Amino acid sequence: MSPTVTTSSEANGNVSAATARAAASAAATAEATGPQPVTMAKALNTALADAMHADSSVLMFGEDVGMLGGVFRITDGLTATFGEQRCFDTPLAESGIVGMAVGMAINGMRPVIEMQFDAFAYPAFEQIVSHVAKMHNRTRGTVKLPLVIRIPYGGGIGGVEHHCDSSEAYYAHTAGLKVYTPATVADGYRMLREAIDSDDPVVFMEPKKMYWTKDSVDLGELRRLHEHGATAGLGSEGRAAVARPGTDATLIAYGPSVPTALAAAEAAALEGRSLEVIDVRTIVPFDDATVCESVRKTGRAVVIAEAHGFASVASEIVARVQERCFHHLAAPIRRVTGFDVPYPAPKLEKYYLPGVDRILDAVDDLQWEN
Amino acid sequence: MTISANHTAPDTAGAAPARTQPDNALSEAVKKFGITAEDYMLPARHQIQMVDPDGRLKDKGEQGTEPGHEYPVPGDTELLAAYEKLVVGRRVNDQNSALVRQGRMAVYPSSHGQEACQVAAALCLADDDWMFPTYRDAVAVMTRGVDPVQVMTIFRGDWHGGYDPLQYKVGIQSTPLTTQLLHAVGVAHAAKLRGEDTVVLAMCGDGATSEGDFHEALNFAAVFHLPVIFFVQNNKYAISVPLAHQSVAPSLAHKAVGYGMAGERVDGNDVVALLAVLDRAVALCRDGSGPLLVEANTYRMQAHTNADDDTRYRESAEVAEWRAKDPVNRMRTYLTGQGILDDDGEARIRAKAEAVAAQLREGLSEDVPVDPQELFRHVFARQTPQLKEQSEMLADELARDAASTTDSKEAGK
Repeated sequence: MSPTVTTSSEANGNVSAATARAAASAAATAEATGPQPVTMAKALNTALADAMHADSSVLMFGEDVGMLGGVFRITDGLTATFGEQRCFDTPLAESGIVGMAVGMAINGMRPVIEMQFDAFAYPAFEQIVSHVAKMHNRTRGTVKLPLVIRIPYGGGIGGVEHHCDSSEAYYAHTAGLKVYTPATVADGYRMLREAIDSDDPVVFMEPKKMYWTKDSVDLGELRRLHEHGATAGLGSEGRAAVARPGTDATLIAYGPSVPTALAAAEAAALEGRSLEVIDVRTIVPFDDATVCESVRKTGRAVVIAEAHGFASVASEIVARVQERCFHHLAAPIRRVTGFDVPYPAPKLEKYYLPGVDRILDAVDDLQWEN
Repeated sequence: MTISANHTAPDTAGAAPARTQPDNALSEAVKKFGITAEDYMLPARHQIQMVDPDGRLKDKGEQGTEPGHEYPVPGDTELLAAYEKLVVGRRVNDQNSALVRQGRMAVYPSSHGQEACQVAAALCLADDDWMFPTYRDAVAVMTRGVDPVQVMTIFRGDWHGGYDPLQYKVGIQSTPLTTQLLHAVGVAHAAKLRGEDTVVLAMCGDGATSEGDFHEALNFAAVFHLPVIFFVQNNKYAISVPLAHQSVAPSLAHKAVGYGMAGERVDGNDVVALLAVLDRAVALCRDGSGPLLVEANTYRMQAHTNADDDTRYRESAEVAEWRAKDPVNRMRTYLTGQGILDDDGEARIRAKAEAVAAQLREGLSEDVPVDPQELFRHVFARQTPQLKEQSEMLADELARDAASTTDSKEAGK
């Protein structure tokens, strides 16, 4: 046997020693201090470390995720803590990364893989659509693929072409994939842990402009809640959140558009208009109940997303709400989305991205007279 | 000569030195087999052939072997078992084609003429090893022990797969070309991380070597030093497109050296040579050699599927030339000549083949009722509210259909 191959007992020994260290360091950083300012990047990083600690079959791999810790540092320290066997760099080939993850998941692992940027995931599209999404169905449920494909997505960072796409509709349109996208630091932790625990493949869309967003969060408390809540069926999957309560109209948003929607609601409040903001959280499965309850209450809705509007997740949300809430609507549902143009160059992105003014204009159009 | 370029990264404290491993591991592993790296990396100058098309065992000096590429002839028991599988495989291919003509199956991509590859690919593996086949490899899957009717489910049309891959350690036959090679790499990688000595055999055809996933799979397997045998059945055609339009490499086996792995080519219609080469490949892999590429030189005797017309792109003379190299006849002649196979043995094997054919006829003639609700049952491990809603909609639709059928029957009375 090759010296690189450890025996089962050695591997387990290494894993438990490393995970003990990880637990100790995670506990030291998170639990001793209570709520403190935490970035989304740190929350995601902690979720990965905690998941790898909790389960030795959780592996992390992709491009630059090892020694560098990922171009966004989401995997920072994982190789040092868990070793190169559990967090490692692959050759630069996205189809290879996803395809290998499929095989690993078939053979008992729970791989978490990083696509470095949204547009760099496209070479992996065939593996995702033809196998990740279909293996469970093809095998009548005998082969589960508990893998997570992490994709930093969206614009607003002044990135060059191929670094700012909102590619969620491709995945949401594909039957057999779950699509999560957190919009708060706490959800970054919670939802990534749930995605890793899920026996279904999850495309985990990380709003890259929010990586450095800070919230006051108690990671130790989130860890404890995860350990109890996830098993008690209290997860985020299929549960939208009311990010801000309101009475006059509903703003429906996800991922990077949630803070924009909240800013618009804040501005509208100054003008005396009360907007409810719904954070979709998981695009698939979609929480019809929470969204429709809000729209039935307010009678008006605007859907906000960075992606192009045509044939988009925003279009789907409009269609679903219209089918279910038609008789409660005082006005047609509006969409505020990116234009149907390729993602613009950095100096032009401010004209493309949904902003507070464009959202408020759409709200103003919701037939308030009478 | 070094096996791969010296581009290793510095070690980090406490980390497994995986990236510095392959050179030495490969050298050490092949040395145990009396091979030098120089001899080992490139395929032999000629394909390995042990039994010629006339069924004669070739002299050792004429088998295409050379230092680093020497293979013992497999034992009689292994060869007789392989012959039985060859006969069964040929019968399965022809029975399935007949079932398509009778409308019992939607389509069948036959491996008629490639049975030696099919049989050797399965027989070289141990129980705990894995195989990742293509859509044309039904006979290999059956040879691995999967129930023939379960194998044919995919072509019968009631589901996209009929057997449990985890039970048999056989991937579902893959249609998107070479995507399964990466799954093979992942299975091998997971096994290696757990310290298991699993070998994985990943199958594809000559046309598939043009796909990007072929490249990515070979490179990943080599970089991570994984026990994967890439077994390419070069049957000369990708539907209608001949090999010359896919590659101008000296051989497909030569592609291995670019990844830092060893390649070999073998007569794909000589099951003796195939078993010899694949048995050693499995032994090498299990001993830590890293991945290997084996190209089998064979021929797709029939059209791509029943929906294809091969007279549009190849001459019947070419097909006739390959008929003379038939793997089943060749093996029968050889075994009979060696006194390993007699008339009784032949009759016993024929009876087994007929039994499998009967099993296929019965299994595929049976109308298996499909359950419309199964559409929704397996999409997710944890179903979504949307799919629950859609399944209720379909159930309601079907209930109303059934009610109206009953009503019209009542009215007709």
